[in-house]
Amino acid sequence: MILDISFIGILIGSIMASSVPLILAASGELITERSGVLNLGVEGMMIIGAISGFALMVITDNLFLAIIGSMLSGVIISLIFGFLTQSLLTNHVATGLALTIFGIGLSAMLGKNFVGIPGKDFPILFESLKESIPFFGPILFGHSIILYFAFVLPFLTSYFLKKTKLGLIVRAVGDSPTSASNQGINVILVRYCCILYGGSMCGLAGAYLSLIYTPQWIENMTAGRGWIALALVVFATWSPIKVLIGALIFGGITIMQLHMQAVGLRIPVQFLSALPYLMTIIVLVVISRDSRKIKLNTPTSLAKIFYKEK
Amino acid sequence: MIKIEKRNDVPTTLYFLTPFIAIFLTIIGGGIIFYFLGFNPIEALKFFFVTPISNLYGFSELLLKATPLCLIAIGLSFCFKSNNWNIGAEGQLTFGAIVGGGVALLFYDQEGFYILPTIIIAGALGGMFFALIPAVLKTYFNTNEILVSLMLVYVSKLLLDYLVVGPWSNPEGFNFPETRQFSNSARMPLLFEGLRIHAGIFLALLAVMLSWFVLYKTYLGFQIKVSGLSLKTAKYAGFKGKTMILVVFMISGACAGLAGVGEITGPIGQLHRMISPDYGFTAIIVAFLGRLNPFGIIFASLIVALTYLGAETAQIFLQIPKYTGQVFQGMILFFLLASDYLLFFKIKILSLKKNDLRH
Repeated sequence: MILDISFIGILIGSIMASSVPLILAASGELITERSGVLNLGVEGMMIIGAISGFALMVITDNLFLAIIGSMLSGVIISLIFGFLTQSLLTNHVATGLALTIFGIGLSAMLGKNFVGIPGKDFPILFESLKESIPFFGPILFGHSIILYFAFVLPFLTSYFLKKTKLGLIVRAVGDSPTSASNQGINVILVRYCCILYGGSMCGLAGAYLSLIYTPQWIENMTAGRGWIALALVVFATWSPIKVLIGALIFGGITIMQLHMQAVGLRIPVQFLSALPYLMTIIVLVVISRDSRKIKLNTPTSLAKIFYKEK
Repeated sequence: MIKIEKRNDVPTTLYFLTPFIAIFLTIIGGGIIFYFLGFNPIEALKFFFVTPISNLYGFSELLLKATPLCLIAIGLSFCFKSNNWNIGAEGQLTFGAIVGGGVALLFYDQEGFYILPTIIIAGALGGMFFALIPAVLKTYFNTNEILVSLMLVYVSKLLLDYLVVGPWSNPEGFNFPETRQFSNSARMPLLFEGLRIHAGIFLALLAVMLSWFVLYKTYLGFQIKVSGLSLKTAKYAGFKGKTMILVVFMISGACAGLAGVGEITGPIGQLHRMISPDYGFTAIIVAFLGRLNPFGIIFASLIVALTYLGAETAQIFLQIPKYTGQVFQGMILFFLLASDYLLFFKIKILSLKKNDLRH
């Protein structure tokens, strides 16, 4: 294999592409978790987004509608989770698991007639620049608009949480729902909004897979990316910028597997695939040992049910 | 006017009645989904819930699938009762199967009465060890057991994948991702000629009996229940929280490991990639549906096993994907969790007049 500069450029470009669904889903889940809600339904919401996006693309032949539709379907499916956990005060973990199981099943049912239909080419931006500039071309140009959005999203998320009043409210609700409630904040409403936002981003992440990354519908095509996104939020210790870095590392590991044999390294592929999970566990141990460190960003009330006596 | 009041105590009849309400609503919900997919809902539901168990073979298959679900859910009930969120039973099942399967492969060309018990013990220990990882990290490093046990599921599945493709793959297997067939002495004895139901079901029943005894008749069971109700009370009572966490995870892991061993020495007879159709995750639904009660879990495991079978039958007769079973499994849990609201809250309908007078 030739390790020239243009090849490395292409490699980085493909790592970026593979990290997009992780960034989108993890950024959405991050907001949900910062409001104190643990939604384990990421995988389910992503797969629903994937089939809705693809089905709408086939039916309407309109990619814009397909993208919007996938986000809406993510919102609708997360509404089930929101209603159960916030209005009926159900356990977050169990409800989220049910959402994932339900989502995978429902997507397969809905997608029955869409298996084997070829996808459409998604428009990519600055295609001419991609070819003409060595190294930087494939990194900076020739991507879909969703990729550019995904790479801006962590910065927007960080700005939202740190610099805006709404962001402060979300953090307050996640850290101390009782005090937030005493301050007159409608905790349940804020959490609903964060859950629905998380759903929309997971829907978009799914649509990225079925419309852009591998443009077709395959049963269970998210293939555990939802769980990796969940791991990523923890790996990033609930910080949006670290989500971006983590997604590139995890995405890089995925791409590495494809090039392993070419490079001639004799590390088992499965070991590489397991790395994101092992790294997440290690990060969890490191941050949890020091109670100050974990308190920095961890929403204190994560997965705890909030009930206000009327 | 509707008023919602918090109940002071949970009514027992309602507590055991709501699972039935959830099952009923799931069947109706399933019918509605079938209708929208263009099927006759009554007929589709019949294919799903009646056809699979209309003969002896089907009934044996039901018990075959209920066995691992029941075993794992029994183990999980110890964790959930004491507020320990072990959701990685699928990983503990896989690791138990890896350890048990490894022992079975050691004896692949031997026969002997000692082989199967050795495999079973190895599998239980394997699952126990794997469950100890999140437990130890929780007790000594304060990590979140939900996330650790979940991450380990994927680690164990990848380890299994590595083993069956690489070092443990069958040397005469034309590079198929599977190990050698286990020897006859390493297989669970079949209960009836021609049916797949095997002796593993007795392990499940034994687990039910033991768990009932431990939970309701021993000091440990009392500790578990108190810790589940209130951690503060448990601390005040001087219970050693750390030991209990380790113990409930070990019980849970051992049960999941047994379920894994039951699968590979029962219907499968070797190791390959797909040893479990997510039994470890589905068992969480079983544990909830069975109200964490040993006998409730038997009933729940039969119901949930039926959704697996129903999906297989529906796949053949209606050409719908086998993942349809998961729609039903998800719905059962949704409806069950939702109906729990009735347990903790009383919905009162008040007349307006009375209300006006009071203010």
